[in-house]
Amino acid sequence: MKRTDENWLLKVSNLTKIYGEPDENTIANTGPEVNSNICPNTGSIVACANINFELYPGEVLGIVGESGSGKSTVVKLLYFDMEKSYGEALFSAHQAGEINILDESNQMKRKIRNHLMGMVYQNPRDGLNFRFSSGGNIAEKLIMGGNFNVASIRNRATDLLEKTEVPVLRLDDRPSSFSGGMQQRVQISKAIANNPPLLFLDEVTTGLDVSVQARVLDLIRELQQDLGIAMIVVSHDLSVIRMLTDRTLVMKNGRIVERGLTDQILQDPQHAYAQLLVSSLL
Amino acid sequence: MNILTVNDLSKVFQLHILNNKKLEALKNINFSMAEGEIIGLTGKSGSGKSSLMKCIYRTYLASSGEIIYESAKGSINLVAATDHEMIELRKNEITYCSQFLSVIPRVPAVDVVCENLFRSQNDKNTSREKAKEMLEQLGLPNELWDAYPVTFSGGEQQRINVARAIIAAPRLLLIDEPTASLDPKTKDVVINMLLELKKEGTSIVCISHDEYTLEKLVDRRLHLHLGAIA
Repeated sequence: MKRTDENWLLKVSNLTKIYGEPDENTIANTGPEVNSNICPNTGSIVACANINFELYPGEVLGIVGESGSGKSTVVKLLYFDMEKSYGEALFSAHQAGEINILDESNQMKRKIRNHLMGMVYQNPRDGLNFRFSSGGNIAEKLIMGGNFNVASIRNRATDLLEKTEVPVLRLDDRPSSFSGGMQQRVQISKAIANNPPLLFLDEVTTGLDVSVQARVLDLIRELQQDLGIAMIVVSHDLSVIRMLTDRTLVMKNGRIVERGLTDQILQDPQHAYAQLLVSSLL
Repeated sequence: MNILTVNDLSKVFQLHILNNKKLEALKNINFSMAEGEIIGLTGKSGSGKSSLMKCIYRTYLASSGEIIYESAKGSINLVAATDHEMIELRKNEITYCSQFLSVIPRVPAVDVVCENLFRSQNDKNTSREKAKEMLEQLGLPNELWDAYPVTFSGGEQQRINVARAIIAAPRLLLIDEPTASLDPKTKDVVINMLLELKKEGTSIVCISHDEYTLEKLVDRRLHLHLGAIA
């Protein structure tokens, strides 16, 4: 798809999340230059600040950084799991991108996230309801997305499990009896159930063993190629970023310190922290 | 028409983690390349051949100078192009083929070769047929087509690498040592495939140490020495 200045899918400006009571110097007193995200005067914590980027339809964007760099905060703010402090996110799939989705009512936010977004968490327990069957979990998302026909829900759930290579025989089993990789694939099924144009993936392969990890990555690549879903992939694992993304943001102390084509970030990083990160790769 | 014009290009690596040590990889590179031409980049290891190629592909950010590329949609300076402009060009016009194959695990050889075609053609089976044809020409044993390339020998991986780079006939091909670990017969096949590509209008920058390949393939050579054109 052609990417021009106008046809972005998501446009994030000045996104900021601060815990505590900041003063007017909090942002200036924190960040990678001082290597801290705790304000020395107020003790408030800057999880992320001044985050700006655009995402285009079908594009895969990576966010890398160490723990505490604010990379997960960015996607959690955009998926409404957290409330922003400041900032704007325009989403072209909602009201032609003219309204800041972060300022919408809670009801509207739920609608946006059920119809237009998907999220896959590191821990399947955050994305799945372990008291429901795997089919029930997918049904939950479909119902919230406005599908109330039982037969069509069951068909769609079956399709999704087939696509993600979860044995359909286990449609009525609870995810608690599944392996970690299978739980993750059910979570992905649920996240893409309503064909959202935008999918967030937060450390999805962390903690899985390598063969399962490869399978989950395969699946994500296939979904991207076949369905053209735009994705934001948060990971501290540079090989995951290399495999999945075209472009990457590098975060440190809540700020973006470098952005660029993924191969450029990995082979010719400019920022001191990005160089450190890449040279630490095994 | 010149498809590529490089003016005063330089590249300095500044290594923050080594006390801001500076490494000068390229200095004052000037050359232009006609459309449909094949240029051979030669020079010792460390002379800057790969750095120059990576600057053109924007894997490396040039420190100064410009690289004017005449795209199908007009001319563009690759040093200053936006990331999205580069992504578009990489998808549709410019292909880089590194010396070593680096692929997603657990993707069969045929699909690895097809990847660039999948993007432009929706029909996966037609793409696969074309990939198989190429692997046949390159003499890759039939039973390897649906195997995973990670475990292949150096020469087998190289053939996969070349095939995937040229399958979609890019406008500009940047190719690093395409014949390095091949036997003489396969070497000829690869050289002929690249010449075939040239006939269809592809311009090629090719790094090689192999006199035979250079002799048969390239229109002219650029010799690099310590980061400058000698």
